[in-house]
Amino acid sequence: MTFAHKHIIGTQQLSKEDIELILETAESFKEINQREIKKVPTLRGKTIINLFYENSTRTRTSFELAGKRMSADTINISASGSSVTKGETLEDTAKNIEAMDADVIVMRHSCSGAPDYLAQRLTTCSVINAGDGFHEHPSQALLDLMTIKEHKGSIAGLTVAIIGDIARSRVARSNLYALKTMGATVRLAGPPTMLPPGLKEMGAEVYTDINEAIKDADVIIMLRIQMEREGGNTLMPTLREYAQFFALNTENVKLAKPDAIVMHPGPLNRGVEISSYVADGEQNVILEQVENGVAVRMALLYLLAGGTEEE
Amino acid sequence: MKILIKNGRVIDPSQEIDANLDILIEDGCITQLDNDIDPLGMDEVIDANGLLVTPGLIDIHVHLRDPGYEYKEDIVTGTRSAAAGGFTSLACMPNTNPVNDNKALTAYMINKGRIEGSANVYPICTITKSQKGKSLVEMGDLKQAGCVGFSDDGLNVDCGEVVRRAMEYASGFDMPIIAHAEDDAIKAGGVMNEGRVSTELGLTGNTWVAEAATISRDLLLAELTGARLHVCHISTRRAVELIREAKKKGVRVTCEVTPHHFTLTEEAVRGYDVNAKMGPPLRTDDDVAAMKEGLADGTIDAIATDHAPHHIDDKNVEFNVAANGLVGMETALPLTLRLVEEKILTLNQAIHCLTAKPAQALNIPRGTLNIGSPADIAIIDPELKWTVDTTKMYSKAHNTPFQGCEMTGAAMLTLRDGKTTFERK
Repeated sequence: MTFAHKHIIGTQQLSKEDIELILETAESFKEINQREIKKVPTLRGKTIINLFYENSTRTRTSFELAGKRMSADTINISASGSSVTKGETLEDTAKNIEAMDADVIVMRHSCSGAPDYLAQRLTTCSVINAGDGFHEHPSQALLDLMTIKEHKGSIAGLTVAIIGDIARSRVARSNLYALKTMGATVRLAGPPTMLPPGLKEMGAEVYTDINEAIKDADVIIMLRIQMEREGGNTLMPTLREYAQFFALNTENVKLAKPDAIVMHPGPLNRGVEISSYVADGEQNVILEQVENGVAVRMALLYLLAGGTEEE
Repeated sequence: MKILIKNGRVIDPSQEIDANLDILIEDGCITQLDNDIDPLGMDEVIDANGLLVTPGLIDIHVHLRDPGYEYKEDIVTGTRSAAAGGFTSLACMPNTNPVNDNKALTAYMINKGRIEGSANVYPICTITKSQKGKSLVEMGDLKQAGCVGFSDDGLNVDCGEVVRRAMEYASGFDMPIIAHAEDDAIKAGGVMNEGRVSTELGLTGNTWVAEAATISRDLLLAELTGARLHVCHISTRRAVELIREAKKKGVRVTCEVTPHHFTLTEEAVRGYDVNAKMGPPLRTDDDVAAMKEGLADGTIDAIATDHAPHHIDDKNVEFNVAANGLVGMETALPLTLRLVEEKILTLNQAIHCLTAKPAQALNIPRGTLNIGSPADIAIIDPELKWTVDTTKMYSKAHNTPFQGCEMTGAAMLTLRDGKTTFERK
């Protein structure tokens, strides 16, 4: 089976077959990361640019390792601000990178739609969205699916609760699309200020009481709450109150199925959206997510940049 | 100089005329409107057989960007774009640089339109000095200079007291306050309509309430003060309902809708198309239906384009930071004629919304083929099929979501004061 996409912008564009192929490929690469010598020549001679307009440690490191373990040349560029403040347009920046014959640009950007913008303007280079504004974060959702599949065998028929600031979460959107495509039931929960319009039409069940969302769930994904906001906070009164009503703790986690797994895209705000007892508890698979992240990103890079005469 | 326009179907809603008539123009004015005028002794005879002959179209909401942003558009190119769309008179918004809050700039715009331009320019001045929302401009003086109304344009006047006093003061000079109705606080940085599409795209939404709340306030203040209120580019069903109700109560309110707000929906934003980014944003199917209902029952008085030319550099950036608006004057007529095709409006109603009704809203002494009027005339082929091609536009700017779209209907010849300002080859 071949992979039909030139870019990975979001999970909204991925079919069931696409997702299955990515996960199978990632599973086959996972073993490489457990070897003593963690390197294969699969992407030797390929150039991958991590173009990050927003801070990231985990995702950038994960993509960088993924490229390096496949023997690609990986370069990191940290840029700040949008084209307006930066003085060079995003198009110019990207075309300069393309002119240096890069094969893949992995981009994170604070503006929703920035990867679409690049994909529409580049001619040879592939684009992987590593998170754009409140839009999508496809590699995060795919690593979440891989982790769920490892624990549950299959995704179809599962109930997944995603809890937190849904409105401003690209992780929630990418997971919603991918999980729906794979046949799961998706529950989204948070205070109404964090639930944007249209979620039901997009196929989700929507809850303002997280206990209802957690009840009998197979998987719970907690989202990171942004601690500081410019110009006050109208989304929630205090972090204390948020933790009181919307955090996952040792009590409410019992409402889920006994074998439910607990996930978080990181970084954790311990004591805000998740209690340390749960984050470190038996049901947590948070570090497995991180481990699978490298394998999923290897799979994405391979599917976009691999498959040349060297194979 | 005697010009005769023969054999056309003359539509002049200001006089309830829809008949095959000839029009005689002498020295720039209409002097006769009759069956079969003798062409003998004419300097020029224009055969309008199979064509519509209407008053020159009037667009009461354009941005000509001159002075200050001539790299986007200027009065010469903007009025040329107008003439190509069949327009002969424009009311231009004051968000130039510097902003138009004074007599000198007002005179500059009028004169440049008259001497170098291809359409009459009727400036709208700011409500407040420097568009700061605080002190009133010299409204009486500006009226004498030729200003037709007051608007702080893209900036809503947040302070209710300032709006109230502006209305009271302007009403003494029988001048309208023109509202760009968008409550900034409720809008909360929204860059497209708030709804499912904004959620999917991860873009901050601008709820319909931002428009409706400001319109409610302004309608109540217009009721209180008895002032004339003109509401710009309405986009939501609730706006139509509020204005319909206010008109029934006798509030002196008029309003306009843009062709894009009765043609496109928020779906056009998918793919992050910056040419579909505008303020107010494109809304839903239901809102588009409400615009059509409002035009059909007369709640909406005028069709105006909100012609907003931008340089490619202002648009070729991330969606969040891209400039708002589109160029509209060269596509307004065919988009309006689609409403006739869809049987939403009669041809006469459609022309009325592009001529006499907008003229009345701002007391512009044009938009009629009355004997003695200046010969501002559009000769229109309602059947001409053409495709929007931004490289062939007369505007300096190319920002339109209609690029590549099929259009039916176009101005073939545009006359201002009896002089040709545009001829389609």
